[in-house]
Amino acid sequence: MNGTIRNLLEQHGRLPVTVSSLADDQDLYAAGLTSFAAVQLMLGLEEAFDVEFPERMLNRKSFASINAIAACLSEIAPQKAVA
Amino acid sequence: MCQNCDFRTGLFKNRILIETGVDGLYGRSGVFEDVIQRFDNLITSFGGVDKAEVVRFPPGMNRALFEKSGYLKSFPNLAGTIHAFNGNDKDHAALIDKLQAGEDWTLGQEATDVVLAPAACYPLYPTVAQLGALPEGGRLYDLQSYCFRREPSKDPARQQFFRMREYVRIGSPEQVTDFRQTWLDRGNELIGKLGVPFHLDVANDPFFGRAGRMLANNQRDQRLKFELLVPIESEEKPTACLSFNYHQDHFGTLWGIAQHDGEVAHTACVGFGMERVALALFKHHGFDVDKWPSPVRKALWG
Repeated sequence: MNGTIRNLLEQHGRLPVTVSSLADDQDLYAAGLTSFAAVQLMLGLEEAFDVEFPERMLNRKSFASINAIAACLSEIAPQKAVA
Repeated sequence: MCQNCDFRTGLFKNRILIETGVDGLYGRSGVFEDVIQRFDNLITSFGGVDKAEVVRFPPGMNRALFEKSGYLKSFPNLAGTIHAFNGNDKDHAALIDKLQAGEDWTLGQEATDVVLAPAACYPLYPTVAQLGALPEGGRLYDLQSYCFRREPSKDPARQQFFRMREYVRIGSPEQVTDFRQTWLDRGNELIGKLGVPFHLDVANDPFFGRAGRMLANNQRDQRLKFELLVPIESEEKPTACLSFNYHQDHFGTLWGIAQHDGEVAHTACVGFGMERVALALFKHHGFDVDKWPSPVRKALWG
């Protein structure tokens, strides 16, 4: 799953650094993820994993690191997250 | 349905505001305009010492710059665009025919290169970028403009055309956050002189849709927007009369505004909802300005 997240981050994150240089627990906002790019990433994740993030996950914390995103996806669609 | 119809009706009956048949679009009386002017002067009595550069834009802006501003990403529902007839004699005849038949005559209208300004500061940023890198002290602007937001409402404090006075600070993160803190303090003192109940709170812009909910939550989490709220429509849902916004490097990056050392500029603004403050005064002190409490009259009329 983290591989897919990384691909989407590459596509939507508009980061000034390469995604491969980021650790799974690294702060994406500190790495340059803007609020608007985080929204694009959120929409990209919803399409790729065919899920809808609930209201309570639509915040900074949910998209703060690759691990944080994976944890959200595991919670809302455990069966898809394994794939 | 309308918690505030009594106040709205009172505004019309006392000819403070004049009905036009469209919610949120009102004429203003001389009395109302005088209050706006006095409040404008009161703002200057607090902000004038900073020697901001005064700039006034008309309530329209360059459509290409508006498109680049990102407003449509966040507030597509609030934007107002200006369309106009751009046809020949035949098209004109067709327009008149449709008009007389009571059919939709607007289909032939074409977008012009002008849109309505959604906030006083939107036309400013691209003009600042044209000036090149900021001086070491950054820049400070004093703006006021009618603005448009398409949100028809019976609440007289939510108008479609309204005036926004703004101070906009452009500089280093320290310079702009200091500016915002200064105005948070001044805002308290300034509105305190008006004898209306108020409080400050963290706020968010009304971003559109699900993506907007995330932007709104992010904005709150980072405490980027504060509002000074006064109950007008209701006690439970007080009205934002002043707002204090820290945009971080959003506009600096978007428009390519550099600090003197080449770093991306940060921006912040304080906005005054002129009509809202005037309405707060009429709501709390009554329709007869001569009977307003003397400290309030002194603050406004001296």
